Parts: sequence; C-alpha cells; structure tokens
Amino acid sequence: MAFDSLSEKLQNVFRNLRSKGRLTEDDVKAALKEVKMALLEADVNFKVVKQFTKSVQERAIGQDVMNGLNPGQMVIKIVNEEMVKLMGSETTELAFRPGKELTVIMMVGLQGAGKTTTTAKIAGKLKLKGKKTLLAACDVYRPAAIEQLQINGEKQGVEVFTMGDKNKPVNIAKAAVEHARKNEFNVLIIDTAGRLHVDEDMMAELEEIKEQVDVFQTVLVVDAMTGQDAVNVAGTFDEKIGIDGVILTKLDGDTRGGAALSIRAVTGKPILYVGMGEKLSDLEQFYPDRMASRILGMGDVLSMIEKAQENIDEEKAKELEQKMRKNEFDFDMYLESMSQMRKMGGFSSLLGMLPGMGLGNGKMPDIDTDEAEKSLARTEAIIHSMTKKERTNPSLLNPSRKQRIAKGAGVDISEVNRLVKQFEQMKKMMKKMPGMMGGKRGKRGMFKGLPF
Amino acid sequence: MSEEKKKGFFGRLVEGLTKTRDNIVSGIDSIFSGFSNIDDDFYEELEEILIMGDLGVHATEQILDTLRQKVKEQHIKEPHECKELLIESIKEQMQVEETAYRFENERSVVLVIGVNGVGKTTTVGKLAGKLKSQGKKVVIAGADTFRAAAGDQLKEWANRSGVDMIGGTEGADPGSVVYDATAAAKARNADVLIVDTAGRLHNKKNLMNELGKINRILEKEYPDVYRETLVVLDATTGQNALVQAKEFSEVAEITGIVLTKMDGTAKGGIAVAIQSELSVPVKYIGVGETIDDLQKFDPDEFVNALFDVREDS
Repeated sequence: MAFDSLSEKLQNVFRNLRSKGRLTEDDVKAALKEVKMALLEADVNFKVVKQFTKSVQERAIGQDVMNGLNPGQMVIKIVNEEMVKLMGSETTELAFRPGKELTVIMMVGLQGAGKTTTTAKIAGKLKLKGKKTLLAACDVYRPAAIEQLQINGEKQGVEVFTMGDKNKPVNIAKAAVEHARKNEFNVLIIDTAGRLHVDEDMMAELEEIKEQVDVFQTVLVVDAMTGQDAVNVAGTFDEKIGIDGVILTKLDGDTRGGAALSIRAVTGKPILYVGMGEKLSDLEQFYPDRMASRILGMGDVLSMIEKAQENIDEEKAKELEQKMRKNEFDFDMYLESMSQMRKMGGFSSLLGMLPGMGLGNGKMPDIDTDEAEKSLARTEAIIHSMTKKERTNPSLLNPSRKQRIAKGAGVDISEVNRLVKQFEQMKKMMKKMPGMMGGKRGKRGMFKGLPF
Repeated sequence: MSEEKKKGFFGRLVEGLTKTRDNIVSGIDSIFSGFSNIDDDFYEELEEILIMGDLGVHATEQILDTLRQKVKEQHIKEPHECKELLIESIKEQMQVEETAYRFENERSVVLVIGVNGVGKTTTVGKLAGKLKSQGKKVVIAGADTFRAAAGDQLKEWANRSGVDMIGGTEGADPGSVVYDATAAAKARNADVLIVDTAGRLHNKKNLMNELGKINRILEKEYPDVYRETLVVLDATTGQNALVQAKEFSEVAEITGIVLTKMDGTAKGGIAVAIQSELSVPVKYIGVGETIDDLQKFDPDEFVNALFDVREDS
C-alpha cells in the first residue's frame, strides 16, 4: 500500500532479513531495493537515495555483515549510521555574534513555508534566553503579512519594526538595523516575503538585503512535506543567497520528512530547528540521530526518555516510588503522576514517539488521542473535586460524597465510580509487582513515575 | 510584484513548467536515445525519472504497466516510440470530466480546505475575482479565525476583486462565521459563496472535526445549492499530498483539487498520482501571484508541457 509509512516498510524488510540468519549479497541487494522504494515514497530525493543505498550496500556486503551474529540488526545499524551520517552527526544551533553585539538573522523561503510564524517562534525562544530581540516586517507583498507578524510579535512580547508596505524591503531592513542599534537590541530577525527560487527579481532582492545589511545568519524555512523539489529549492537558495541553516516546519503532520535527509545531503547545511505545531512555543531542537531513528521506525524513544528525565522531578518520583512500595498510593499521587505525564507533552506526543506508532498512520487509527487527553482532563477534574481527606483515604467515598464530586467536576457519577474502580485496580496491581516501578537498582527505567 | 503580461494559459504554463520540463524531458530524451532496446534497465530508468517528478511509486508503476502492455500489444521495438505512448497513458489518467465546473454556472457554495501554507486564501481571492469578472455575485466567508491576520489578508483580496466578505474576529468560532455567511449569501442573493478555512494538518483530529462541523452547517443552512469542495495542495509537496487528499475526503466530499505554486521547479507530478489513486480531478492550478494566475487545469496541455510536445505557443 502506498500510504504505508517508511518505518513500517523498513521494518517489514528487516523482519524478513532477521529470519534468514546470514546475509548473502542477494539478500542485501533485495533489502536495499525495498529501502530505496521506501525512501522514495518518503520523498527523499532520488539522487540522495541512490547515494545512500550505494554506501549501505558497500558496507553491508562484506565481512562485518556476513560474519555478524545477527545480520538483521547489523543492517539496521548500518542503515541507521549512514542516515545519521547523511543528516549531519550533531545538533547545531543558531550562531550569534559575541557579547551584546547585534546579530542580524534573515528568514527566507518559499511562500507558505511558515516564515512569519517561525520568526515569531524564534523570537520567543530568544526572549527566554534573555536576548533583546527585534523583528522586522519586510514582507511588503502578501496582504496582511505585516499584521500577522505584528500580532504574533505582540503575543510573544517582542517589538516589531514596520514601515508599512510602501517601502522597499531593503530600506526597511536598513532602518530596522538602525533602530536596533540605537535601542540596544541583541538580535534582529528580518522576516522576508515568500518567493520562488526561480524568481530572479525576488532573489535579487534578498541578495541586496544581504549586501546592504550585515546579515550574520541566513535561515531557510522549508516545509517538511516538500517532495523531490526540496533539493532544488534548498540548493538554489544556498547558491544564490547563501544559507547558514535550515528550519523544517510542519513536522507535526504525518509526513515522513524525507526532505530533511535530502536538504542536508544537498546543501550540507545543518537543520537548526523543527516546527512541531501551531502554537508559538512549538519550535524544537533538531536531533539528526533521532530523526534517523524516527525514519527508521525505532520511534523516538530517545527523545521520550529525555523528555521524561527533564520534566520529572526526581525527588517527587522517589517519594512516589516509596509510597507505592508501601502501598500508600492515593489520589494525590495519582494526580501528581498524571501531571508529570502531561509535562512530557501529553498522550499524543508520547504515543507518537513510540516505535510503530510514530508518524501517525496505519498502526493506530482507532486510538483517539484527543479523546484520551480529554478523559485525562476529566479525571483531573474529578480528583480536584475531592476533599483532601478523600484523596488520601479513598475508602471514605460513599455515594453521597461521590455525588458531590461528580457535581463539582461536572461529570456523571458513573465516571467517578469508574475512576475509583480503576484506582483500586491499579493499587492492587502495584502491590503485586513492587519491582516494576523503577525498583531495580541503578536502572533509569523510563516508566518510573508514570501511573501505569 | 510579478508583471501582468497576458500570456494565455499555455504560455504561462510552459513558462512555469520550464524547469519541470528541463528535468523530466532531458531525462526522458537521454533515455529514449541512450537505449537501443526496450529492456528492464530501460524501464527501470524510466521509473526513476517519473518518481523524480513526484509522481509517486504507485502511479509510476501503474503508468509503466500500461506502457509495458501497449509495447507488447503493438510490437514496439524502438525506445523513442515509447515516448508517445507514455504521454498518451498519462493523459488518459488525467482526464477531467466536462461537468467539473458546474458550480460556476449554478447557485453554489465552494468550500476551500487544505493544510497550512498551501495558498488557500490566495486561491479564494483569485477564484472570487475570476467569478466576479464573469458577472457573478460572489460572497466570500473568512472562516480562518485562527491564523493571525488571515482575515485582513482575505479582506484585501475581497477589496481587489470587489466582492463582499463576511468575516469574524481572531479566535471567533469558524462555524458562526459560516452560518452568518450563508445568511448573507441568501439575503444578497449571491450566485457563489466561497468559504475560506484555516489551514489544518490532516492528522489533527479536532481541527478535522471542526471542518466536519462547517460542512454540516453548509448542508443544513444552505441546502439547495450546488456543493463544490476544493482541496488546495501545494505542488511542491511530495507524497504526503496524497495522504492529505485522502484524509480531507473523509470529513467532506472532495470534488476537486487546486494545485498551487506550479510556477516553481516543483514537478507537479503529484497531480498524476492523486488522479490515479483517488480519482479526484485537479480542477485548477496556480501558476503565479495575480488573479489571472489561477487557471483551469487542462490535462492535455499539462502533459504536453510536461513532456515538451509543443503544438503551438
């Protein structure tokens, strides 16, 4: 089926390999043919695919694989390594001029890639880092583009420099730099109009801005869903304007993100951030190694572990664990563990990171994550409607108390009953397996502190 | 801004597709001349070139199967003879039915949907201008109440083409905007009501539900008019465009596709894939930024331009 995800495809290929034991040259070739088709379906550029499969083949057909104990694993390892190699081996961030000196960043890209939104997102990120940031609205072409930046800038609490749509972008940019210098801004981000890379006049406009204004970083914004054309777009922008990094947007869709691989391979420029949603906070660091494993279908387990470690308060987790062992689990803890899970990005993002569930299609059409998150919210409301005593001592809950709680939470009493029942089952379960919740020494179990 | 030269559809398309043609044609030409036999290597090369054009694996296979069959039936030995056959089979796949533009001549409501950044608002603006110039009374509804300043953008288009616009404030319920718009369309006796919606990724359940709601409001409040639902797709989008079209068709009955940004180097081959896999015709293509740059999709000219078979210019 054409809509199967790359991950699934690759997994299927390697499932066959695993069962065969040792690899022959024919096996590798057959597998790589599938890999090639899968990558093409994922919109990885054809030339990149060719180069990729070639290098994997060279490495795979040979001793390390032939003599390997687990050929399937070995091929996965090689494919993964080569993909990481293609995407650049480490995380790169936006560069800034030293000290308080003004850093000028110019955002460029095709129409609809998400430049204006991304500009505002970066501004928010920089604000958190304590940099005084100014945004310059240089898209004088698209109707209401300036207003869009103004509104988003206001939401982020960042100043936006505009001169309306009657001035030349290069003049606006120059004036913005002046304004930034005078008012001691650390960073100026220039939002430019979307343009086609084949539009000579529009490309010349960018060149002129870059010439007249001391642009330190030029960032290309690319839609992650871009197809084979990604290499042309990225290649031309890099050739004509010179780019320092790439931001991939709309990665929260179910696209397989082959463009990431292509762009990196063709321009050699790092991917700095990825846009993961519509909210102005949804801009995340790009991790090449994780992207590779995500494409490979190992899920982004790494990312999940890290998220969990970042967000879960170690102290609280320990306390929780202690209580669980003593079987003192109560509703307060239930609530606590739930909110910790929330911090990790809620159900949908957690599920998305698990192998076989990622990249959104096929496997889990029936799990309605929105629904799941709603029910989490209801559960929270129910617990919040309990008194302190009731939370620590659930056996107090008689029908009249439950009735009150249901009213307070705005739910049906049957939901309260269900929650209490679930809670009791969970308590029982925990009693049965005390070792499960991170009990083993030294192991950083990833489900430590989770309610199940 | 881009100049407003009248070049006609074919001229614009050829201009817009130059790069596309350069890529595909140079590939195909070299193959047609570089091979002396029609063998597996030949087909493999062909397959790769079509995939490079974003046609997708599935559509490519279908096309090549047809080609193989024809080559066999007609005892074709020369690779260059394959070229005509290839063009024919793609054309076959891309035919648009004659009734495809019925909404232009009837009292109708056109719902325009798509993911973020594909050019929905621009398409709505162009379409409104087009219909208005045909003497139609057009009302547009700005149901994108999410993106900052989307309403302002649409308002600008409404002013340019001189049509009425019903909008809502940022954050307002899109459903209420649509409801008001149907009332306005009825009261003003509009020929066509065009509804612009917020961009939404097709895997966001709640946003897709919202779209379902808009669809239901139209069904209920404006029942006796012809329904047209256009999905706007960015031609630079790869295979994900298929998934998008598929997902959107689950919340609203899609009747056509608008392919935008066809003036770049994007191959536009995804159009072939969509037609082949979903049987939803491409009805319009966007080849530039002015109102005239929204054109009816013509499969013959599209494929000819793609393969550089110039009949006239």
